[in-house]
Amino acid sequence: MEVAAAKLIGAGLAAIALGGAGVGIGTIFGNYLSAAIRNPSAAQKQFPTLLLGFALAEATGLFALVIALLILFAF
Amino acid sequence: MATNPMQQFEVHKIGPSLSINGIDISFTNSSLFMMISTILIITFFILGTKKVSIVPGKIQILNELVFNFISKMINETVGSDAKPYFPFILTLFIFILTMNMIGLLPYSFTVTSQVIITFFFAIVIFIGVTIVGFAKNGLGFLKIFVPSGIPVFLLPLLVVIEIISFLSRPISLSVRLFANMLAGHTMLKVFGGFVVSLGILGGWLPLSFSVALTALEILVAFLQAYVFAVLSCIYLNDALHMHH
Repeated sequence: MEVAAAKLIGAGLAAIALGGAGVGIGTIFGNYLSAAIRNPSAAQKQFPTLLLGFALAEATGLFALVIALLILFAF
Repeated sequence: MATNPMQQFEVHKIGPSLSINGIDISFTNSSLFMMISTILIITFFILGTKKVSIVPGKIQILNELVFNFISKMINETVGSDAKPYFPFILTLFIFILTMNMIGLLPYSFTVTSQVIITFFFAIVIFIGVTIVGFAKNGLGFLKIFVPSGIPVFLLPLLVVIEIISFLSRPISLSVRLFANMLAGHTMLKVFGGFVVSLGILGGWLPLSFSVALTALEILVAFLQAYVFAVLSCIYLNDALHMHH
């Protein structure tokens, strides 16, 4: 197989990791919502933690993007 | 007009090309936008502190908003004995925020979409936090790799895992910011290209999506700057207060 074709396949495979990122972000927000509906006054204080958790979960998906770009352009 | 969505990330020289000993130090569009961000930030803070009054004017309110936001964040994550680090964290946060936001304007260059720049930010924080940890705790700082309350036979494996995760901090910190900015701005350009190529009849659909995407990118710009600052504070807390 040519290198160019293998690169494209590799970059496409790297995008599968975004499924995990989606599950992670959904879990964080789902848990926050179910807790916030039970205890709205305490939920407001944890909003920064929610944003931090979202950004960390999103970062894992973006690491997959970086791997895809590395495969496409750096090898 | 750039037809390739990746063309916005090219760094090119502005003005004469200077070099010291073969190292290229000419002024680039990256330097230009870093300078623009710095001038904007300095102007913002000078205007806000010119006539300080008890009943604040508009810019003073904004200044105090930013100040209180970072001050509260530092108090919550590190505690009040990290006050000496407040100017550094404030500068870090507002510099990254301004560079992220300016990149959203058309025909501008997002400085934080260059991995070398975010890597340098992250490495400075990593080395700084390590030095602070060793200065405050001496060699006891190495206890950060030994979590408390684990059985002894797991110790060698766990220490290796902890060391690897400690060393991956600058990488994750820099790649998070870089990849967010890269992905967001690439998507903006790609959908912009769709608007042009679909023309008058079909162009309103990608245009509305581009508007929503720009709103999301403004949120992401703020969020990534905040997350960078918060994680730096958390790493500082690990170094300053080592209760394991």
